[in-house]
Amino acid sequence: MDDVKCIIRTSNSKPGPGDAGRTGSWRVERPVIDHQKCTPAKRQKSSCYLCWLYCPDGVISKELEPKIDLEYCKGCGICAQECPTGAIEMVEESSLIEEEKRSHAKN
Amino acid sequence: MQRIESGNVAAALGVMLAKTQVVAAYPITPQTPLTEKLSELIENGDLAAEYITVESEHSALAVCIGAASAGARAFTATSANGLLYMSEQVHWAAGARLPLVMCVVNRGVGAPWTVWNDHQDSISQRDAGWIQIYVNDHQEIIDTVIKAFRLAEAVSIPVMVCYDGYYLSHTYMPFDVPDEDKVDAFLPAFSYKHTLDPEHPENLNTVTMPFARADRDGVIQPGYMDIRHNLHQELRQALPIFEQIDSDYQAIFGRGGSPILSRYQCDGADYIVVAMGSLSNRIKDIVDELNGEGLKIGVLSVHLYRPFPQEQIIAALRDVKGAIVIEKALSYGNQGALFGDIKAVLYPCAQRPFIHSYIIGLGGREIKKADLYDAIKASCTASETFEDTSRWIGLNR
Repeated sequence: MDDVKCIIRTSNSKPGPGDAGRTGSWRVERPVIDHQKCTPAKRQKSSCYLCWLYCPDGVISKELEPKIDLEYCKGCGICAQECPTGAIEMVEESSLIEEEKRSHAKN
Repeated sequence: MQRIESGNVAAALGVMLAKTQVVAAYPITPQTPLTEKLSELIENGDLAAEYITVESEHSALAVCIGAASAGARAFTATSANGLLYMSEQVHWAAGARLPLVMCVVNRGVGAPWTVWNDHQDSISQRDAGWIQIYVNDHQEIIDTVIKAFRLAEAVSIPVMVCYDGYYLSHTYMPFDVPDEDKVDAFLPAFSYKHTLDPEHPENLNTVTMPFARADRDGVIQPGYMDIRHNLHQELRQALPIFEQIDSDYQAIFGRGGSPILSRYQCDGADYIVVAMGSLSNRIKDIVDELNGEGLKIGVLSVHLYRPFPQEQIIAALRDVKGAIVIEKALSYGNQGALFGDIKAVLYPCAQRPFIHSYIIGLGGREIKKADLYDAIKASCTASETFEDTSRWIGLNR
């Protein structure tokens, strides 16, 4: 049996950003946070963070102004659904991309 | 030690001797007495294992997948619709490369509902990536369950040990129960290379890209297709490894020598009947009778069905005049499953036998000796050319 050796390939990996690839490209709608409404941003206190807690991909930071890592956010919309102050709006990705293109051309 | 017990008890004793650590199974006829015996052995302290009760076969295999991922030697068993209910996890266990062992106590698949024997249940799972072994009697059941753990752990691929419902599961036969010390020497404690460890968290089989890509540390990891190709390659390697394991077993226990195919009266035979499971033993009687009448016929029993033993099948059948495949399962809308596999294997041979196919005994339909005799004799003596599809034996039209 010495001459046969199995390699045993599996898809096991260590946890880290991008384990499933750049899933941000899957997004149809992008979550946009209004810091005028967002509880920790408005009060400048570490509080609420329900978006951080509920995000299934762990891409929202726990800062006074929470940030969303758009490289990996799939745009599921759970954060917008859970936000108690309605501070997160799901905006169509294509319209944002168009907007970004226009502002890029201007500059 | 010799004992007279049912085939289900033979399987349970094999699981006990293999020092299985986790058993999760959901009772279904005709597998039920196997799970009952295992729960009894665990309750009595004869087997130091966790028996995890579950609400379905899907959960039974899911529990075994979890247990094996955590480094435990795990076992489950089922039949028919239970196997199909766990089918999603059956494929998962192979892709995850978990060395589980499962007994499939063969039973026909509903609808219409049936509890009686045929091979459609496990044959329908032949493409899941498991190793499938079909055994013919009680001694082979207990020996093969023990060997199956070593095979599964050697290649990190799960193994199904398939045996006929009622014909083997519920009949009583004498068999030798191997000594515990010798089994311990043959089958050392299991250690799996990927063990769940809360201190070092890992992602197991999360979504895998079609392409190879760098992991967190920048190391290029295989994509889905690479992982599946590796499973296929290593399934093929299971053939020589199983032969080696069987020969190690034979050296210790004195039984074995034909783990892949077993041959009865095949030397110098003009015709060979091919079958799987206990049916192979019944056909031996017919063959004896026909050999007494001057024909030269042997029986080839296929034990290892996946990976399919191409070279061994070619060597066994290439030089005969005719091969007659009799089986209890088919690919609906096509033909007998084993028949199709055997024809495909022989196609590249310059010289090959005629091959006839018969379907028999579905849903426990009585397999009459006279029907077998007539079919085999007709195949060996007919002047007509047979159609290239399966004839059904014993239909009541």
